[in-house]
Amino acid sequence: MPALEARNLTKHYGSRAAVQDVSFRVEAGQTLVLLGPSGCGKTTLLRMLNRLVEPDTGVVLVNGHDARSQPPELLRRGMGYVIQQVGLLPHYTVAENVAVVPQLLGHAPAAVAARTEELLRRLHLPPEQFAHQYPNQLSGGQQQRVGLARALAADPPIILLDEPFGALDPITRASIRREFRELPELRRKTMVLVTHDVTEAFELADQILLLDAGRVQQLGPPRELLLRPANNFVRRFFGADQLALQLRVLRLADILCELPDNEYFQPSSISYSVNNPLPSTASIHDTLEKLSHIPAPASGEPTVWVQVSKSTARPLTYPTLMTAFGRAIRRLREGP
Amino acid sequence: MTILTELFAFWQAQADKLGQQTLQHIGLTAASLLAGVVVGVPLGLLLTRRPRLAPWVLGGAGVLQTIPSIALLGFLIPVLGIGPGPAIVALFLYSLLPIVRNTLAGVQGVDAAVVDAARGLGLTDGQVLRRVELPLALPVLLAGIRTAAVINVGVATLAAYVAAGGLGEFIFGGIALNNPAMILAGAIPAAALALLFDGALAGLQHLRGRRLMWAGRALLLALPLLAGLYLLPRAASKLLAGFSPEFVGRSDGLPGLRQLYGLDPASVVLAPALVYEAVRSGDVDLIDGYSTDGRIRAYDLQVLRDDRHAFPPYQAVPVVRRQALEAHPELAPALARLAGQLSDSVMTELNYRVDIRHETPRAVAHDFLRRRGLWHAPQPATGATIRLGSKIFGEQYILAEMYAALIKGYTNLQVEAKTGLGGTSICADALRTGAIDLYPEYTGTGLLVVLQPSAAVLDSLGPDPAAVLAYVRREYRRRYNLEWLAPLGFNNTYALLMRRQQAEQLSIRTVSELSAYLR
Repeated sequence: MPALEARNLTKHYGSRAAVQDVSFRVEAGQTLVLLGPSGCGKTTLLRMLNRLVEPDTGVVLVNGHDARSQPPELLRRGMGYVIQQVGLLPHYTVAENVAVVPQLLGHAPAAVAARTEELLRRLHLPPEQFAHQYPNQLSGGQQQRVGLARALAADPPIILLDEPFGALDPITRASIRREFRELPELRRKTMVLVTHDVTEAFELADQILLLDAGRVQQLGPPRELLLRPANNFVRRFFGADQLALQLRVLRLADILCELPDNEYFQPSSISYSVNNPLPSTASIHDTLEKLSHIPAPASGEPTVWVQVSKSTARPLTYPTLMTAFGRAIRRLREGP
Repeated sequence: MTILTELFAFWQAQADKLGQQTLQHIGLTAASLLAGVVVGVPLGLLLTRRPRLAPWVLGGAGVLQTIPSIALLGFLIPVLGIGPGPAIVALFLYSLLPIVRNTLAGVQGVDAAVVDAARGLGLTDGQVLRRVELPLALPVLLAGIRTAAVINVGVATLAAYVAAGGLGEFIFGGIALNNPAMILAGAIPAAALALLFDGALAGLQHLRGRRLMWAGRALLLALPLLAGLYLLPRAASKLLAGFSPEFVGRSDGLPGLRQLYGLDPASVVLAPALVYEAVRSGDVDLIDGYSTDGRIRAYDLQVLRDDRHAFPPYQAVPVVRRQALEAHPELAPALARLAGQLSDSVMTELNYRVDIRHETPRAVAHDFLRRRGLWHAPQPATGATIRLGSKIFGEQYILAEMYAALIKGYTNLQVEAKTGLGGTSICADALRTGAIDLYPEYTGTGLLVVLQPSAAVLDSLGPDPAAVLAYVRREYRRRYNLEWLAPLGFNNTYALLMRRQQAEQLSIRTVSELSAYLR
């Protein structure tokens, strides 16, 4: 049973359709990214999941139960909610903001305090320094961390995020996104995240739902959207970032079969990195990164090694890697 | 400097009254503000939930705001009578617009993201309102209450016109008597109160966070307490008198009665135009009025005979600038046609037609002239302009119309009417400065309000109408170069009036009997 399911959701504002007949399922622990240009209906779609917007038709199922079977407030207390503008209560301290939902749920004050402290610490906001500050004393990145702590405070199984990093400068955004990805709290969570940032979507998504004008253009794993676009819109949407995304999406395993046989036993392929080979799940992007850090040897190309089986590793240089990558893309595009 | 000395002397002499009026003033302001908050804040909150109603409600409150305060009181009197009722309701209506508008603006000004996040976290509508919207809107809301408070302290001075007390009693008394010290005696404390309310609420408004919430609650508690000041017991008395501000201050009004009869009834102050209604409806039992007023007949009132002659004779006489008489010799004969034509009963009848039957003063005046054979069709107006003044009540309007018709009928002078001048001092000043050329005045008024002779002179004149007329004529000529012509015939003196039924019940026919009854 999916943790969260939408069936045929439709929402009109006046005569304009904001969301039309959208269905999806998110399995427990998975992340679904709602992606699309501004005004495509992705925020409306997200807000229908916690009933901040009521759909005209269609249903939302949470763990198989109709979301309308309980009052919206109770539904929302079971879902974390993070928005771009953060929306911290300006007259509450950081600690009070984080404690809002556990208090609504009637948790014991001592437990609430302990949980708040733990979360602030984990999000790099030492409670002794930050707990009693007011939101206007914090930087944008710190505020967004508090917003995240607030959403996680009552440990809800589902988290909804609406452009959570959208208001941050690129450097803060990248660092918070990394923290976010690595937060153990979030590993077990079912998440739905709205963004218009393609890179962000590919970094965080198990599944991407690409929307345009309220309609689903394609729903699937990032790699499928990239390599097998369902229509011209999908193709154009990723067009500008095509190469960068392909480098991230493709793994070494995808290109190994494209390597020429004779390269197995090249004499120049002996390198110190053989002691530390890359796993075949590493992305092409990461492999290129690694190559760029290897100093060029006296003769021949810089080389990295990739583990192909328990006992074998293969050497890769820029030319072999890029040739194999190009062939793999052609093969994957053409399909089976 | 002399005005300051007078002011402090006045405060010293009237310390009791000053204290009482100040408390009443605070009470009126607080009571109306409380009502404004209790109604306005929920109304404003309703508008945040139903924004489509906002233009209608705000428009309605805005229209209320534009009604002149004195007119608003006038509208409320038929419904609520006189006393605190109409005053508090009027002040309440004035406080609505700032409070409703600022509640709405305050809540709408709360960052939408904060409200959205609060909802998204699972706060109920009520929790969003109490924990998020109201606390964050409070500074703006308090600014609205502050505006309303300052408006209300100002408008509350008008409460004195409807017998609701407050610092307006001094102010309107002072205006009626042209006594700047008395005006200041009320105006300065009123201004101080406005500054005090403004400062206190400004202080609250700048608090932050929790303290602001506490301040809001404290304000809600403080308003009923302050409003309670208004309910402090007033002096009890067998009869309640309602006097116009001028009567209370004039030496031939209440002070004269007090001196001669020892009469000192519990009294409220209200607008001259309202005293008759107030006694008819039973809001008060005793009023000051004029012996020729048409409402005496219409409302079945009893004139208490002035058996010890506290009120001097008040013969109606046209007072004219000598320059006008000399420049236009034809003017005096035209005016003289009305001399001796109007007896007390005739004048009461004419007043009755205007005040009660609502005929126009012009129609009544022309009708009278025709019946007396004094009417003459207007001649082509080619000459200079005569400016005709009158005070602000029916009898004076009728007389002004008669003179206008006579001047137009028997001379070729033009007439410009400047009727409805506030009171005796204003008319007298207008005549002295040449803003008007003539107006009908009463001998007693000229004597006591304008000339203000010493007690010895007053004693020598006594209650003799001819002696009084001779004295004012001589003194006006000497001091102001103004001429009193021949009397019109009637004597419109001050009078104390009661409902006939009550007067008969208590067997009160004279002021002496009234004084004895009250003792």
